[in-house]
Amino acid sequence: MIEQLLFWIFATLACVGAIAVVATQNVVRMAFWLVISLGSVAALFFLLSADFLGAAQLLIYVGGTVVLLVFGVMLTASGPYVRIRTTPPEMLMGAAAGGLLLYVMISAISNVDWGELTASIPIESPAASTKAPDEAAQVTPSPRRMASVEWQKRGTVRPLGLGFVGLRSDRDAGQSGLAPGFFLPFEIVSIHLLVVLVGAAYLARAKRRVVPADSQGLP
Amino acid sequence: MNGIVASLTLEEFLNNLLQPSKGGSTDTIALIAFLLAALIHASLLLGLFGGLPVFYIWLERKVAGRIQDRLGPTRVGGSFGWLQTIADGIKLIQKEDLVPKEADGLVFRMSPYLATIASFAAFMVLPLSDGWVAVTSESGAFLIFALMSMEVLGIILAGYSSGSKWALFGAMREAAQMVSYEIPMAICALIPLMIAGSLNFQTIGRMQGGVFWNWFIFHDPFAFIAFFCYFITATASVKRAPFDLAEAESELVAGFHTEYSGFRWSIFFLAEYSSMFAVSAIAAILFLGGWNDGLGISDAVNTLRGQWMDAFYIQGFSLGTYLANLFGAAVLIFKGCALVFVQIWVRWTLPRLRIDQVMSTCLKYLVPISCGLFLMAVLWPLVLASTFQRPVLGGPALGEIREADRRVTAQPQPPRNSTIAAREEVAR
Repeated sequence: MIEQLLFWIFATLACVGAIAVVATQNVVRMAFWLVISLGSVAALFFLLSADFLGAAQLLIYVGGTVVLLVFGVMLTASGPYVRIRTTPPEMLMGAAAGGLLLYVMISAISNVDWGELTASIPIESPAASTKAPDEAAQVTPSPRRMASVEWQKRGTVRPLGLGFVGLRSDRDAGQSGLAPGFFLPFEIVSIHLLVVLVGAAYLARAKRRVVPADSQGLP
Repeated sequence: MNGIVASLTLEEFLNNLLQPSKGGSTDTIALIAFLLAALIHASLLLGLFGGLPVFYIWLERKVAGRIQDRLGPTRVGGSFGWLQTIADGIKLIQKEDLVPKEADGLVFRMSPYLATIASFAAFMVLPLSDGWVAVTSESGAFLIFALMSMEVLGIILAGYSSGSKWALFGAMREAAQMVSYEIPMAICALIPLMIAGSLNFQTIGRMQGGVFWNWFIFHDPFAFIAFFCYFITATASVKRAPFDLAEAESELVAGFHTEYSGFRWSIFFLAEYSSMFAVSAIAAILFLGGWNDGLGISDAVNTLRGQWMDAFYIQGFSLGTYLANLFGAAVLIFKGCALVFVQIWVRWTLPRLRIDQVMSTCLKYLVPISCGLFLMAVLWPLVLASTFQRPVLGGPALGEIREADRRVTAQPQPPRNSTIAAREEVAR
């Protein structure tokens, strides 16, 4: 009941924020609405008891990306408030890209057999006490169900960390051997980001050398 | 099973409350008591969030006065001027709420709340004692850093939306400073987290029980240096002097809050002073033993846990657990206040850095130092294990503590303190 109510509140806020980001023309207001939208998505993660994911969402998007966005706007703005006006072709292209993404996501979601998935996860009905997952697990002790009971008890951090190095709890115990971890992709992505950062620093530096009077006392 | 312990979710609790015929009238009374306990503890947390800044602002004035060979406030509310902050607060609430013509009204009005909410949210994950936390989270340490990083956004948006050059400069400095200082802060915080092998504040605090050489600051030489590194970056992250460039009174009028007045101005300061406590309490938990006093008194008090069950005719309420929690909270708040005192002391004795000095302190010194400390702290147990066949010098190793923990949890636990569940649920 309460969780349903919270879900609807945050889901509405996320959607309203997302629409407001598109609808407003003022960049800083966009950033504000983006905070609302991304923060509500983080709250939805917390409702799903995925604390780590919610915290990562807050740290990376709200605390990192939006701060950098506003910082970038403040550094580069020529007028008091930067306005972005979208031309009709831009709007068309944006709508096309958004619509395609929506189509892909809807088709992906509708292709999943949710019945099988929900059967493998212990359902927390409003009347169920905390004992219910344990009892459900005793009836059919499938490894996946045990894993999800474990997540509900102890949070997702430990399974995430173990899965990162290859001990994945989402695989059945019957599948022997180590699953591929996520270490290598993570390292590749982070090196990629480092390259991007170095490149951005190089570009910014080169520009400043051409116009030395441009620097306003900020490094 | 009585109503207090059984009603673990608020939803379930409300269901039971609406159908009292199922459990009889005693259950309803127990549930009402549960709600009352929840309300009391939620308001206590809110009171801590509001009350600590009031005390710190008074302390700041007194300390500043003493350092400058003055007396500080002496008259309001008796001999020590201890009502000074409240008098100021009443004055500030009466002031007109101004919004400049040039400002972006919506963002200008909202950003003080954004900063304050972020600061309060950090209090919700901050454990005051072993088991006394509003929201338990397995990744609490990560979550609290995420929440505290949101406070910066409120300040930047406030500076930008003010429509004033001074405020814009303050916000730009704050953004540049925070984007850089978060890196060494996180790396320094990683060192104790790595020693504990957990992001959970409860586990981290429990591992530092006993005498003070179990504290993580004395775990290895690198953790010792990391504490000072962390404290410097934490001081910068709550924009305290010598890193208070966002407000820099002598250069920028008042920096990001130049255009603010009255209530909105005062809640910026509420956020700042309560964040000072939050970062100090995090430092205390990560490095200084958290709610353990370091003399062994905590362990003696902890034996009270589970004692005097059914006190005050409330089933499942253990007075001993409650007292132990209260003692732990007092220890942690004392440690936090001591660190805040250091921050105040530093503010009134060190000159403010220039922005380029702030940036080079971070990027040229703190980032390499913290990276080096982290690497050394990673290598330290390996070196010890290869020379002494033990990953730690003194005290139990991580695996041994885990085993002990498992043995403790394997024993039948006394029913949980109802207030913990209450506070968890209310916060959710």
